[in-house]
Amino acid sequence: MITLERRPEPSRMWQALTPVLAVVLTMIAGGLLFALLGKDPFEAIRTIFWDPLFNPQFASYSRPQLLVKAAPLILIAIGLSLGFRAGIWNIGAEGQYIVGAICGAAVGLAFYPTEAIYIFPLMVLAGAIGGTLWAMIPAVLKIRFGTNEILVSLMLVYVAEQLLASMALGALRNPDGGGFPGSRNLQQYPSAANPELIAGTGAHWGVVAAFIAVIAAYVLLNKHLLGYQIKLTGQAPRAARFAGVRPNVLIALCLGISGGLAGLAGLFEVSGPAGQISIDFNSFYGFTAIIVAFLGRLHPIGILLAGLLMALTYIGGELAQFMLGIPSAAIQAFQGMLLFFLLGVDVLSNFRIRIKPKQVA
Amino acid sequence: MGDPWGNHDWTCDLSVLLTVDGLSKAYPGVIANDDVSFSIERGEVHALLGENGAGKSTLVKMIYGLVRPDSGAMTLSGAPFAPPEPRAARAAGVAMVFQHFSLFEALNVAENIALGMENPPPLRDLARRITEVSEAYGLPLDPARLVGHLSAGERQRVEIIRCLLQDPKLLIMDEPTSVLTPQEVDILFATLRKLKAEGTAILYISHKLEEIRALCDSATILRRGKVVATCDPRKKTARELAEMMVGKVLQQTKASGADLGDVALEVRGLSLPPATQFGTPLRDVSFEVRQGEVLGIGGVAGNGQDELLAALSGERGTREGVFLNGQPISKLGPTARRRVGILSGPEERLGHAAAPDMSLTENALLTGHVRENLARNGFLDWRKTRAFAERVVNEFDVRTPGVSSVARALSGGNLQKFVIGREVLQNPDVLIVNQPTWGVDAAAAAAIRQALLDLAGQGSAVVVISQDLDELMEISDRFAALNGGRLSEAVPAAGLTLDQIGLMLGGAHDMEPA
Repeated sequence: MITLERRPEPSRMWQALTPVLAVVLTMIAGGLLFALLGKDPFEAIRTIFWDPLFNPQFASYSRPQLLVKAAPLILIAIGLSLGFRAGIWNIGAEGQYIVGAICGAAVGLAFYPTEAIYIFPLMVLAGAIGGTLWAMIPAVLKIRFGTNEILVSLMLVYVAEQLLASMALGALRNPDGGGFPGSRNLQQYPSAANPELIAGTGAHWGVVAAFIAVIAAYVLLNKHLLGYQIKLTGQAPRAARFAGVRPNVLIALCLGISGGLAGLAGLFEVSGPAGQISIDFNSFYGFTAIIVAFLGRLHPIGILLAGLLMALTYIGGELAQFMLGIPSAAIQAFQGMLLFFLLGVDVLSNFRIRIKPKQVA
Repeated sequence: MGDPWGNHDWTCDLSVLLTVDGLSKAYPGVIANDDVSFSIERGEVHALLGENGAGKSTLVKMIYGLVRPDSGAMTLSGAPFAPPEPRAARAAGVAMVFQHFSLFEALNVAENIALGMENPPPLRDLARRITEVSEAYGLPLDPARLVGHLSAGERQRVEIIRCLLQDPKLLIMDEPTSVLTPQEVDILFATLRKLKAEGTAILYISHKLEEIRALCDSATILRRGKVVATCDPRKKTARELAEMMVGKVLQQTKASGADLGDVALEVRGLSLPPATQFGTPLRDVSFEVRQGEVLGIGGVAGNGQDELLAALSGERGTREGVFLNGQPISKLGPTARRRVGILSGPEERLGHAAAPDMSLTENALLTGHVRENLARNGFLDWRKTRAFAERVVNEFDVRTPGVSSVARALSGGNLQKFVIGREVLQNPDVLIVNQPTWGVDAAAAAAIRQALLDLAGQGSAVVVISQDLDELMEISDRFAALNGGRLSEAVPAAGLTLDQIGLMLGGAHDMEPA
């Protein structure tokens, strides 16, 4: 009989090892899935994990994509992880990302065609404020009326999507666009553009912001009283109140920070890789970032690595679709397996497996 | 049963009800029971005595079928007894009253009892049976009352009657008096003596030695999972029993003997609505504590102890009525109150006083960062925090591999020493503790009481909220009782008799102090 025994203390070794184990298990189970679809599993895994970085034919295109895709994931996930640590569940980062992009783009477009150095910083500010305000809606409702932030923030994603469509078709539509939906392309408006900073790396201002966010979150969680209070609230809410943490302040702060970072991610995306506000501007970064946050164990460095890994499966997945004809649903299932296995093997850090002979009654 | 112990035959004596022979049970990192053997006769009240963590709970859980022994055997009435689950144990005539009740507050007494039965009779018949049994055994209980409205003592009666309805041969009681007033204890003992006279055996778990000496015929003493002695408790002094239990000579706490100074903490007309539906509101609570004084606040659980602590620590907002050294501090939150000098230690160690999965260093920060200056502009000084945690561990003899151990890895007594030490070392003007020695072994409890007295001796005011009256009588200068959220007038503790205390706990506030 196999039983699980609770460890007296969580095992540090397993906490570090489980993400690696989860990736390995995902490769095995994913390989099986691809084999059942009639594809060569080894080639499929290689196409997803190896070719985007090292294949001489594709790497020059796909390698910069890694940072482009990872930056918004990391930026959003860092914000979410603070709330998740405190037991505050912002599921609506996708909406905050959209609203941040709209606000930032709107500020930039308002100045068109003026060229000035202050325009981009203003857009960054507007993006962060937009995301923060959108996240303050669930925060205020929770503080004032005790509503569930999971539901409210999630529902606001759909509101944000409608807002995006209305902006792309209405207020922000390109007057010179011949009636097509979508705003002006900010990439072609130098004062509002978020360009690649170093050619061939994909690094734009959003990547810089993501790295700053990782470092800031690390310092906050490990060296600052506020980070300690966030962790304490998540682990022992009563002890946190005893310690003098004001729950309402923490709710507003965690939702505000995660909304602000999501808004920033949206702004950097709309002024950089995406270029314009369009109906289908959002690309599930806000939801995928939830997976990234957990894959990274809500730890800033872990999130950095998890964001890169997740971006890799995106790029590799596209490559596998294109090269091997693996259906996109299979790629999504593959990404889902990653979270599934991570949560599954997580049990090992708190429990040990013991096999003992079945007892005689 | 193919085990090697089965042929061991000292069960032919018909007066013996239960024999336990060589029971062992190991958990990861700890042997809870190591080759435990003893026997209980019919009509015997047998005490199981030991410190926390001595293995009493594991042992009775094995008898009640909740835990399977690794080795060893039991016989009940001469037949092999190895209950795979509590239902089998109940069918064999073993019943148990747990320390923590499993009752639904929103249901009435009869409904609660019916829920625990295999084939409950119609509620009306059951209610009649409950009334019969409760009258026969002198345990007054109205089957139609909501459990949420019952006192802890009455709730325990529900559990006892639930057991008695099964006509048990062996009744196991786990720390039954920890929630009772002295008068309720007398009622309970009368019931137990009646059961004994009818031939029911009682296995009585406790660490209250005077009770055991008053009630029990024999005692098995456990220490670190092993039987260290079997004796007749009536022929030993409480001190001898305690020393057998702890395995060393105990220090006796000395009264602080400090001169009383000015009023440090004053509470005037403090009222607070309950936090939850079944919580207790504080009603017009007033008292004062002087520098160097220990005020003991007694009361049965659920009479407003948690609320009083929360109102004084600042965890629950108060509007008016709390003064420190004459200054109003009602509107201050927990952090600000710590800054001005009020510290506190709540009852629940894990999850309230300490975060279970955080290290001792992190837990030292929990209340220590204000007065110990562990954070500068919000940035934490981990080196200083660690040093503070180590100071608590060293000065309060907290047994732990190190300050990086997580709180839940510590035993109850050690964690409690850490929690109390953390507050005491911050030199509070006023320290308020709730149940400071609850579930703590005798040696640790003595150390904690001494620390509180020493703190008062240095001129701090100390408020001890406790259900342990012996403890309160031992360390308090003055005593007050909480009943239904009201606090009685504080009276000098010296010379109070148990009867007077019982009346105060029962709510007879107009009683003239002796």
